[in-house]
Amino acid sequence: MSAVPVVALHDIVTRFGANLVHDGLSLEIPAGEIVALVGGSGSGKTTLLRHIIGLTRPAGGTVRLFGEGLREGSIHERIARQRRFGVLFQQGALFSALTVGENIAFPLKELGVATAAELRDLVVLKLAMVEMEPEHAALMPAELSGGMIKRAALARALALEPELLLLDEPTAGLDPDRSAAFVRLIRSLHHELGLTVVLVTHDVDTLAALATRIAVLAERRIISFASLEETLKQDHPFIRRFFLGEHGRNALTRQGGNH
Amino acid sequence: MAERRPGAEPAVRVAADGRVLLSGDWTLRALSAGLPGLRAQLAQLPPVARWDFTAVQRLDSFGAVLLWHAWNRQWPATEGLADAQLRVIDRIAGSSGKLPASRARFGIVDAIVLLGGALLGFRGHALGFVALFGQIFLELAHVLRYPREWPLREVSANIHKVGVKAMPVTALVGFLIGVVLSYLSALQLKIFGADTFIVNILGLGIIRELGPVLVSVLVAGRSGSAMTAQLGVMRVTEEIDALAAMGISRGLRLVLPKVLALTLAMPLLVLWTSAVALLGGWVSAWVELDLSLGFFVQTLPAVVPITNLYIGLAKGAVFGFLIALIACHFGLRVRPNTESLSVNTTASVVTAITMVILADAVFAIATRSIGVPT
Ligand SMILES: Nc1ncnc2c1ncn2[C@@H]1O[C@H](COP(=O)(O)OP(=O)(O)OP(=O)(O)O)[C@@H](O)[C@H]1O
Ligand SMILES: [Mg+2]
Repeated sequence: MSAVPVVALHDIVTRFGANLVHDGLSLEIPAGEIVALVGGSGSGKTTLLRHIIGLTRPAGGTVRLFGEGLREGSIHERIARQRRFGVLFQQGALFSALTVGENIAFPLKELGVATAAELRDLVVLKLAMVEMEPEHAALMPAELSGGMIKRAALARALALEPELLLLDEPTAGLDPDRSAAFVRLIRSLHHELGLTVVLVTHDVDTLAALATRIAVLAERRIISFASLEETLKQDHPFIRRFFLGEHGRNALTRQGGNH
Repeated sequence: MAERRPGAEPAVRVAADGRVLLSGDWTLRALSAGLPGLRAQLAQLPPVARWDFTAVQRLDSFGAVLLWHAWNRQWPATEGLADAQLRVIDRIAGSSGKLPASRARFGIVDAIVLLGGALLGFRGHALGFVALFGQIFLELAHVLRYPREWPLREVSANIHKVGVKAMPVTALVGFLIGVVLSYLSALQLKIFGADTFIVNILGLGIIRELGPVLVSVLVAGRSGSAMTAQLGVMRVTEEIDALAAMGISRGLRLVLPKVLALTLAMPLLVLWTSAVALLGGWVSAWVELDLSLGFFVQTLPAVVPITNLYIGLAKGAVFGFLIALIACHFGLRVRPNTESLSVNTTASVVTAITMVILADAVFAIATRSIGVPT
């Protein structure tokens, strides 16, 4: 694979009024990695994802996706770039006026490449990938449970076969069974298509099972970007609390076999 | 996994021995550029063939769906299929055809169902409206019994929002309408030399009829839609449920203040707008007919009985009550999606304006012998 990092953040500064969220944050994510972004609540993980997908602009620093600046190129090149990643928002962000099936078919319809019959098959397939039934395609987002919203939104994020998948707390609100299924799904996608995945998570189980690298966001910077073992060796109060608190330790022992 | 070169063109060709050779990236991104050509090629292939996947580098579910449909949803003979690719196609095979195509035709039965739905919907609206009407009076009775629970802050905030902040726009529109009305009337009156009757026309027309209706239309568009949208969004974001869970009555905190505020603010807005419209009318009359302000002000009370002002103000209060009640009725009916929000906001404004005009007609009949000099 090419050596260009899929996501390259350099010297990011973010400020909301007097609240300095990122200060000189840098991170390079190579292709084919599953990166878990961890950090305390309110440390700016969601904000960082929004910078990466170009919804917000940092006050300072540069963001490069697939080796290109976010606002580089003609409008068509920019749109093509945006279709290379899929996003799962923290609150799902399903279109409330469309059914689940229409939500999933929407990005594909926009692209205008699939026939109606192919679209229907793809919708069922994406639903099956996130362990939902074909009947769920007819439901409206307001009729879904919290966990189903997450899964439907993930199915929509997968619709355009993205090379880069950005997931904001994908397993929050899922039962342990579904979390495990989610881990399996991401693993198989990663294996089949060589996806790059950035996932924000507070769930040590998911992270230990899935992440090839862990980026720790604390003190307004990425203080560590390394594999799980190496992250655990570091002596930082946040890392100790996050991984070596009681819950984290238990989770790590459970996942011990995988690493 | 096969070694990947980024962006390898997907291609299909038939070998000498009849096998179909696939090559390149069969992914959505690689496929979308030359898709029509590929589809045509796939359609022309012999129905029974061996498919060779050896040279395929990547296959995603879109590529798999494309092939699956080219195969008429049956497994052909394949070779060189990697495990991961087999799984991708298998998943498609498992989910294909499970979602029935939606029926798009419109038959006679659908028409009857639609008509019935519309009638039932109308009945639902009428019942809901009456229920809300009743609820308002129950809430009113409640706060009269327990005066400490008056939602005074909300009422005052709403009066500011729907009354004070609406003053500039109603004044502007009122002034311009006054100017235009006066100018057109003056042209006609000049012909007959009946210049001074301009005061009668403007006074009666604006104070009794035009002022209240004009303000109602503006307020329905401005505040009615805002009320519906606010309640609707609160519904979408489950804020109304949160209020209910805290034991706070939505009627008391959300509906009553809006209805009270608009019922109180509308007569004042009508007074204000009618005054500004009369001023506009005088300006035009002064330019066209050289009518002095002193004469205008002196003649007005003499030719327009004061009852007309009372009728105008009463209309204002009734119209305000109607607009707010209709806005709240539609706002509370919003279902938690954006489409329903837009439908209900539109319906709220259209219904409010229609009801105001209807109520105005009722007023006209009921007061036909009051306040009109003969
Ligand atoms: N639009 C905004 N305006 C002002 N402040 C904001 C805005 N968005 C985020 N913030 C602030 O930025 C900080 C980081 O927010 P962010 O949502 O990125 O946190 P997070 O790391 O995703 O937290 P969590 O794990 O709880 O989701 C918070 O202090 C938040 O208050
Ligand atoms: Mg967040």
